[in-house]
Amino acid sequence: MKKYLDIIKNGLIKENPTFVLLLGMCPTLATTTSAINGMSMGFATMVVLICTNFVISCIKNVTPDMIRIPVFVVVIATFVTILQLFIKAYAPDIDKALGIYIPLIVVNCIILGRAEAFACKNSPLASVFDGIGIGLGFAFALTLLGSIRELLGAGSIFGIHLLPESLNILLFVLPPGAFITLGYLISIFNKLKKA
Amino acid sequence: MKKLDSSLKNMMMVLVGVAFISGGLLAWVNHITEKPITLQQDKALADGIKAVMGAENVTVTGNDTVYKNVDNIKLAFILHLIGTQGTAVESVVNGFGGPLRILVGFNTKGKILGYTILQTSETPGLGSKASTWFQKGGKGNIIGRQGGSLMVKKDGGDVDAITASTITSRAFLKAVNQAYQAIKNREGCK
Repeated sequence: MKKYLDIIKNGLIKENPTFVLLLGMCPTLATTTSAINGMSMGFATMVVLICTNFVISCIKNVTPDMIRIPVFVVVIATFVTILQLFIKAYAPDIDKALGIYIPLIVVNCIILGRAEAFACKNSPLASVFDGIGIGLGFAFALTLLGSIRELLGAGSIFGIHLLPESLNILLFVLPPGAFITLGYLISIFNKLKKA
Repeated sequence: MKKLDSSLKNMMMVLVGVAFISGGLLAWVNHITEKPITLQQDKALADGIKAVMGAENVTVTGNDTVYKNVDNIKLAFILHLIGTQGTAVESVVNGFGGPLRILVGFNTKGKILGYTILQTSETPGLGSKASTWFQKGGKGNIIGRQGGSLMVKKDGGDVDAITASTITSRAFLKAVNQAYQAIKNREGCK
């Protein structure tokens, strides 16, 4: 059991996909305009990652090496499409906020990266835990980034107003704010990791 | 279990197999989500119509589509006729970040009853404010105004544009004006 907890901890901190591996920057910067958007994107990616890690780990022995990338991409694309259809059908609000970013999970390098680096070398169970760990790490990073940007840019967190409108710094909702916040968070994270 | 060799036969079999399985799975998921998705879209539209007509009980008595040339592009306006209360019109224009699709309600005299944004890719925090800015109580209130020639102050009109989002404001008002024209066009055809 300890082994699996280590895998989760690894994904959350030591190999945090956003702050340490710097993977999946496109959704990280684009969807974190508010805390709720960042969190939804993080968990959507986590669901896909757990499913794809599991399936890819199961089929690793019947996949010839030379065509493993196309096979992985087909598996990932299938799960993303399934997720998108379910979100459209049962969670229209999330669909409204993230609609155009969901298909982009297909080309999110975190997912292909974990398939290559972990799932195709480890057991299905360990791969599921790796998916949970990395997924949580990603969701945590996106929620944090989204909260900070929403607080500074719109004066609220998860839609709850905390600061008066006169203190809003619009820049943080716009793309430059994403880069600035991410840069500071990475440096803080590195400092904490060394300590 | 030994890993499969990368022989041509193996590769073809695996690729065809994977494509076949994922295709089947997607067809099945599509089949079970098709109905809920149509329901959601119908519900979103019905809620939208209720909101823009400012009434609880709204019965759509007929639908019509008006085609109009705007800037040499043929656009479709979908009109939802609501008996004696007026008409709700779906109108699309190019906003700042992509298509801006709105639903706007007019009474029979052409006064704006309400609007809602159906689809937007405007800048978060700036242009995306359009969903509240032009509502009753908002700074650029257009509710109750006569449709047809609304313009932002910069263009000589009297509607307050969203701060730092003149392009979105212009696009939005254009969509409202075009929706009004679409109703006029339809009446003219009769």
